Amino acid sequence: MIPAKFDYVKPGSVAEAAQALADGGEDAKVIAGGQSLLPLLRLRLSFPDVLVDVGGIDELRGVTDAGDSLLIGARTTHYQVVHDPLIAEHCGLLAAAAATVADPAVRHRGTLGGSLAHGDPAGDLPAVVLALDGTMVARSARGEREIPAAEFFVDYLTTALAADEILTGVRVPKLGPGWGYRYEKFHRTAQAWAIVGVAALVRRSDGHVAEARIGLTNMGSVPVRASAAEAAAAGVEATAAALTAAARSASDGTQPPSDLHGAPDYRRHLARVLTGRALVAAAGA
Amino acid sequence: MTVTAEPAAELGRPRRRKEDARLVTGQTSWTDNLSLPGMLHLAFLRSPYAHARITSVDVSAARQVPGVVAAFSGADFAAEQGSLPCAWPVTPDIVIPDHPPMATEEVRYVGEAVAVVVARDRYTAADALAAIDVNYEPLEPVLDMRTALDESSPKVHEAGNKSFEWTFANGDVDAAFSGAPVVIERNYRQQRLIPSAMEPRSVLASSVGGDVTLWSATQIPHVLRVMLALVTGIPEQSIRVIAPDVGGGFGSKLQVTAEEVLAILIARKLGRPVKWTESRSEGNMTVHHGRDQWQRIRIAADSDGRVRGLSVDLLADMGAYLMLVTPGVPLLGAFMYPAIYKMDAYSFRCTGVFTTKMPTDAYRGAGRPEATFAIERIMDELAAELGMDPLELRERNWIKHEEFPFTSIAGLTYDSGNYEAATARAKELFDYDGLRAEQAERNARGDSVRLGIGVSTFTEMCGLAPSRVLGSLAYGAGGWEHASIRMLPTGKVEVVTGSSAHGQGHETAWSQIVADQLGVPFEDIRVLHGDTQISPKGMDTYGSRSLTVGGMALVGACDKVIAKAKVIASAMLEAPPESVRFAGGKFSVGGGKEISIQEIALATFAAHNLPDGVEPSLDSDATYDPDNFSYPHGTHLCAAEVDTETGMVKIRTYVAVDDVGKVVNPLIVDGQVHGGIAQGIGQALYEEAVYDEAGNLLTTTLADYLIPSAADVPSYVTDRTETPAANALGVKGVGEAGTIASTPAVVNAVVDALRPLGVRDVPMPCTPERVWRAIESASGAAAGSNGGAA
Repeated sequence: MIPAKFDYVKPGSVAEAAQALADGGEDAKVIAGGQSLLPLLRLRLSFPDVLVDVGGIDELRGVTDAGDSLLIGARTTHYQVVHDPLIAEHCGLLAAAAATVADPAVRHRGTLGGSLAHGDPAGDLPAVVLALDGTMVARSARGEREIPAAEFFVDYLTTALAADEILTGVRVPKLGPGWGYRYEKFHRTAQAWAIVGVAALVRRSDGHVAEARIGLTNMGSVPVRASAAEAAAAGVEATAAALTAAARSASDGTQPPSDLHGAPDYRRHLARVLTGRALVAAAGA
Repeated sequence: MTVTAEPAAELGRPRRRKEDARLVTGQTSWTDNLSLPGMLHLAFLRSPYAHARITSVDVSAARQVPGVVAAFSGADFAAEQGSLPCAWPVTPDIVIPDHPPMATEEVRYVGEAVAVVVARDRYTAADALAAIDVNYEPLEPVLDMRTALDESSPKVHEAGNKSFEWTFANGDVDAAFSGAPVVIERNYRQQRLIPSAMEPRSVLASSVGGDVTLWSATQIPHVLRVMLALVTGIPEQSIRVIAPDVGGGFGSKLQVTAEEVLAILIARKLGRPVKWTESRSEGNMTVHHGRDQWQRIRIAADSDGRVRGLSVDLLADMGAYLMLVTPGVPLLGAFMYPAIYKMDAYSFRCTGVFTTKMPTDAYRGAGRPEATFAIERIMDELAAELGMDPLELRERNWIKHEEFPFTSIAGLTYDSGNYEAATARAKELFDYDGLRAEQAERNARGDSVRLGIGVSTFTEMCGLAPSRVLGSLAYGAGGWEHASIRMLPTGKVEVVTGSSAHGQGHETAWSQIVADQLGVPFEDIRVLHGDTQISPKGMDTYGSRSLTVGGMALVGACDKVIAKAKVIASAMLEAPPESVRFAGGKFSVGGGKEISIQEIALATFAAHNLPDGVEPSLDSDATYDPDNFSYPHGTHLCAAEVDTETGMVKIRTYVAVDDVGKVVNPLIVDGQVHGGIAQGIGQALYEEAVYDEAGNLLTTTLADYLIPSAADVPSYVTDRTETPAANALGVKGVGEAGTIASTPAVVNAVVDALRPLGVRDVPMPCTPERVWRAIESASGAAAGSNGGAA
């Protein structure tokens, strides 16, 4: 890899990192596992003046039970997400989706926070956190704030984080009883990004769908909720036929990209098919 | 001295590879691992235009960048860079355009080098490229070979866009087609592929006192040395080429590259060693590409399925220039379209076309995968047309085992084969009848996931090649191979081979062969290769030639050592030479009198009591020129499930029964078959080099150019039948067989799954989107608009 020249700092605490970002201004960039940033540096599509490596900050790592929610440190690797017992118990969708990320080497280096802060709509975890109604915790030298996932993803590779803010963690509400989930990832090779991904959560009650939440991967410049399909699924009988019918509106309002792996009409079609499958699996129908 | 039990034969033994520990850990001399004192680094500025006139290049600002030692444009090399060679002028009137290593006046593909920076480190060199100012006058690109021959097409070269037309015919083709009850015509697209060797290309050049040493990640150190002498005018005896351990090639390193020539010229200009290693993106643009043909194939048959004749018309995209064997690649396929089938007539025509893209050249199989795909695809179509089982149709037409040797309609004499045996074994392992029944059942109930069965009963010609045949096809060199044996005083053995391994496991396989021939322990043998000073003669490694040609040279060299040793043994055992027997490493004359070859090695070294006229040496050289190609064959069967809602293809079962003759090392053979199948699956389902309408390559990273990994391919079922070839070891080549066989097996499975839905073809790669669209257009209905069925 022959990137453009940059300075490198490796702070030992979040406070130091926040100060490094404040000092670096617009041209500073945080690096954690590097699985998203390094390819951009390699292609010289990104050329920061300074890299702030948060890889030495242990307080950013791990999962904490915070009562109604889990607080997951930004540096928690995909591998840790896949194997964490609290995540398995309270928001298994996240673990299921993290298990589909690339390959074991990437899952051991890549981090949940890095994936979210990168803001790539083709990444698996943004749509999942969106469906889970997660909240991002950001810190800067100015203080700490929480940003709902729905407001966090602003545009392609752009988030609501200010230049001097570090994503320190993700707060994910615990799913109560009755919830089922499924992440349907459609990709051509194991290491390839999703052409389309669907994160579905279904709460069943008395044989019916009490509530459905659907996050779509790679169906626009940001991860999106399939609101029309969510509404269509709410209240229907938890049968394959009914959920498949509800999924027909999954692509409503989406503006999927066009690339070598799929034209927009194909992606919309896939979103409908995969949403149907994800809802059926999540509902256990 | 007592008679001991003969050691176990090495041939056929699943030896773990000697070379793997250092290759797998990377603790070895990959070219990019090498460093010389005072070494500088190169970065190339490459054309962003597919076609443009260069009006000016100004490198002066780059020379001012701190850390930069020099910067050059094409004009700086014009007097000495010559033209990159094409060694295969396939017709007398072929157009071979001048191909300067660095463009001087015009660029003809995106990625062509226009300037170079030489700096103290790679980073500085890359950064300084931005300081070079090039002015281009854009010209019209030529991107579609089908319209490139039109009068109105812009021209890639002044001489026009046609490079050559090559034809072959045997039998009365008109008679075969006229009045034939069944004639089928198909057009198949062999998409452009990017060979993706794990190790990128890397070059290190040093020039000291007129002597040039080039380390290169190349398959062909010997051929390269000759070609560099011819291109640069540097005397051949002053050039040393070293191919250290090389991490894969698949044909892509069977080349004389611009970067190799320019590195030498720069090292000579500056008197300092220079190194260049490509990035993956740079490589995707500028490693020669593979395939890229349009195939029009027609087949005529009787209504009982007997094939009467075959006619093939190819357009082959040469890219912007002819490189080492660019025009020869389709010729290697020309003889393979009739494959294993008997017929009355065959005609072939190939037109080589220039476009403003990276030149094409050899890629694993080189011509034979294209041919095998087309014939195996159209045999399936013929079977469907006739309502026959595709295996039954093949059996009706293939050469029976008792008919060998058999001369095909294309003029090749197949020495051996048993298609019945390989097919029977494959059917059994595959549960062919069971899967056909399941397929029928799923079709009957309209399952949204269809099952398809793909057949490929292939053969191929490899073991390149008889020199006389190469000469008759106008290739510029021979096809022999060289080997030396050096018996060391302590009884150990050094084997020098002209086959330049780049991952094939020669060190292990050659040790096994020599161990058996000389009766010395496997562990006592060291194999040396890949350096023109250590291994001075050779034709290198490509075309599955190492074992069938280089292996025979090895046997010849061993025979010579044994003959020499026998004379000495005769004297030491005090018996006439004709009474001396050699077996298991020992010379014996009966009565318990024997002496080992190791003892003779020591005695020869001491040379105290050698017979008169006998040289004190147990070394030998042998060169072997094959009198025929090698014809491995086999039957590959693929069961694929196609999700008609998404277009996703999943290979469920893949059975490969290969006949590669006698097997030296079954682990190495399995490895070649596994990797070969994966690469063939790559063409069938995943890989395609895509240029946009301006001629920019879009697939410059492995995120865009998808290659299958272990996670994406099925667990293969492999087995072998063993029909010995007509050579001393009974062996055939195996390096390309898997790739050649698997692509049509997979695509045939995909089409077989979808034929009940009206689909007759899916262009490669059969991506989910393409499969889905093929279903959509066949059904004419919005198959995708009603969501997923659970």
